Amino acid sequence: MPSRPIYLTLLTGTLLAGPVGAQGGDGQALYRECIACHQIGPDSENSVGPHLNDLIGRLAAGVEGYPYSKAMSAAGAAGMVWTKDTLDAFLTNPMDMLPHTSMGYRGMPDPQDRATLIAFLATGPDDATAEATFNVAPEILALQGDLAYGEYLSGDCTACHARGTDDGIPSISGLSRDAFVTLMQAYKQGAVTHPVMTMMAGRLSNEEIAALAAYFESVD
Amino acid sequence: MTLNRRLFLGTSIAAAGGLAVPMVRAQGKPRVVVVGGGAGGATAARYIAKDSKGAIDVTLIEPSRTYYTCFFSNLYIGGLRDLQSIAHSYGTLASKFGINVVHDWVISVDRDAKTVSLASGGSLPYDRLILSPGIDFIEDSVPGWSVESQNAMPHAYKGGSQTELLKAQIEAMPQGGTFAMIAPPNPYRCPPGPYERVSMIAHKLKAENPTAKILILDPKEAFSKQALFVEGWQTHYPGMIERIGPDFGGGNVSVNPEEMTVDIDGDVQKVDVCNVIPAQKAGQIAEAAGLTDGNWAPVNPTDLSSSMDENIHVLGDAAAQGAMPKSGFAANSQAKVCANAVGGALTGSTVFPARFSNTCWSLIDTDDGVKVGASYEAGESEIVAIDSFISQTNETAEVREETYEESVGWYQAITEDMFGKA
Ligand SMILES: Cc1cc2nc3c(=O)[nH]c(=O)nc-3n(C[C@H](O)[C@H](O)[C@H](O)COP(=O)(O)OP(=O)(O)OC[C@H]3O[C@@H](n4cnc5c(N)ncnc54)[C@H](O)[C@@H]3O)c2cc1C
Ligand code: HEC
Ligand code: HEC
Repeated sequence: MPSRPIYLTLLTGTLLAGPVGAQGGDGQALYRECIACHQIGPDSENSVGPHLNDLIGRLAAGVEGYPYSKAMSAAGAAGMVWTKDTLDAFLTNPMDMLPHTSMGYRGMPDPQDRATLIAFLATGPDDATAEATFNVAPEILALQGDLAYGEYLSGDCTACHARGTDDGIPSISGLSRDAFVTLMQAYKQGAVTHPVMTMMAGRLSNEEIAALAAYFESVD
Repeated sequence: MTLNRRLFLGTSIAAAGGLAVPMVRAQGKPRVVVVGGGAGGATAARYIAKDSKGAIDVTLIEPSRTYYTCFFSNLYIGGLRDLQSIAHSYGTLASKFGINVVHDWVISVDRDAKTVSLASGGSLPYDRLILSPGIDFIEDSVPGWSVESQNAMPHAYKGGSQTELLKAQIEAMPQGGTFAMIAPPNPYRCPPGPYERVSMIAHKLKAENPTAKILILDPKEAFSKQALFVEGWQTHYPGMIERIGPDFGGGNVSVNPEEMTVDIDGDVQKVDVCNVIPAQKAGQIAEAAGLTDGNWAPVNPTDLSSSMDENIHVLGDAAAQGAMPKSGFAANSQAKVCANAVGGALTGSTVFPARFSNTCWSLIDTDDGVKVGASYEAGESEIVAIDSFISQTNETAEVREETYEESVGWYQAITEDMFGKA
């Protein structure tokens, strides 16, 4: 059974149809896997993850003001620089290369896809496509969710999301609140589409998403 | 209108508990008895036990020690799963969740005394009773067939040995033989189930018996995911599958299990395997308890309580609840809403508004999965749909493969949600 994170592969199919730049096309589509957490291009800011402008040649944990994990800061302190090779290793499976990184992303197993994505990261997005960033309003990220309500609502999720396995459907237990809210808002607002999750997120209010985020962060 | 409907007060969640009237008991913990350890019953028992943290005494009554899911049983027939992979035991529910699992059969319900009687002779009291008995078959809906002929002409519409038998019969078919399926009229368990089964049998025959034929005799004009199945059959199994709908006599069919013949509107045909899926009704105990109106047990949409008895809830296939299909996913979804309401009624814990969802995947051929799903809420008198989606014809092979892989993830998740993670 391939343990490919489905979250993202489907996007390739769905989103290639969108207005993508002539040569950045595939890379831009693959970047959808990062869009919920990273901004890239003009006016980018740190969000769930640090912005990814001028990434090649940048020192790991090199964006000022971003609260990196100890693991990432240590790699930077040891002099690790983002090159095509280090990115390739990191994106294959972040947790393998840097145990305890706070990047909650399962990795991109296909070497060809990684190469295409890294080429895209090196040049940045096409100006024609403003949609390379997805941003959740700070007041939505700041909402405090009700844990008990979140636990009840999670009943709508546990028929599909098993704990501790990404086989077929990604595990969502233990996701950080910010990452969780951003991913759910990305589905809700249509920045990322998937038939099931578009429907599931579409019916949830911002408060309900916050409640779910509080609950799922609390389980492992 | 329901007496036990509880209002949910906006986002100030804590307020909702104020309306609940906790059960006052002279002694001991409140008791919940759950009848049927399937998709609805196992989930309800687990959630009530888990959420009440021991404050409610939960007994689950189920005759079988092993539950073979109907879901993915078609994949077993097609050779894509083994039997062990769809078998589940009740051990974790007992050991980890403190549920009192009783392997017995409930023969009657005394609604005044609030007790259930067991086939072994005992009886058990309840404060709340949850019935999730699944389906039974309507007698004579296929003339010539009765439950006694299920060994000659299996239904394979309840899990376990019937599924094994059907698979063995297909394997024993002569080269170029005929498999016939008599499809059921609406409403029935798992709307795409018969057609997924045909797909999986075609998958198997294509490899083992490529000149064999599949004949579907169908009383329905149309069926679930029809465009997707028909497209898939043309692509993967050209010329193998023929469906006779009601316009050509598919609704006027009788069988002779001894002769292994099927009479289609006067035309008698000999077949090698005949899968009879009769018309369906709520599991017999629902009727015995006096909770049915027609073939099914009507329930209130907010908490799945019976319209006839507010201390009894009916879940899953047996319930007439409105818009949800009869599926394992739906039964599991209803069970969680019911568990929340029962917890509120018996311990005063917060009751949240009902919300439901469903997704049914079907596999047409290896890595060619399709799905249909919807979200639901409690309407005035029944469950109503809010939003829905369905796979499209002409999707790429990649999308179809991911859809199949999702169903594998779902199977893992839902069976853990029912039986607990060992
Ligand atoms: C071929 C096939 C494929 C399917 N595929 C899917 C699918 O892909 N996805 C999906 O969501 N659903 C699927 N389903 C439907 C799914 O199996 C049912 O909808 C689901 O099992 C219903 O749950 P339930 O709790 O109502 O009944 P069940 O799961 O049937 O459980 C009922 C239980 O009650 C017990 N019982 C009955 N009467 C008594 C009594 N008097 N005393 C004690 N115990 C009793 C029975 O032994 C049984 O274990 C499929 C069904 C079939 C037949
Ligand atoms: C019917 C099955 C199903 C249900 C129910 C479901 N999900 Fe999902 N979920 C999926 C699938 C499949 C994906 C991968 C989607 C993709 O490829 O974009 C996913 C992806 C996600 C993701 C992104 C995870 C990641 O790391 O990429 C989150 C977060 C999520 N779901 C949360 C939820 C929540 C919260 C609920 C309940 C309110 C829920 N899901 C209900 C099937 C489901
Ligand atoms: C769920 C959110 C999430 C997703 C999805 C995600 N990341 Fe990250 N990423 C993070 C976080 C959080 C960090 C900070 C990690 C740390 O401090 O350990 C990070 C760090 C990084 C870094 C190191 C940056 C630096 O300044 O050192 C790179 C490079 C990176 N991500 C690339 C990607 C790429 C490319 C993708 C898509 C294929 C992706 N990420 C997907 C959250 C995410």
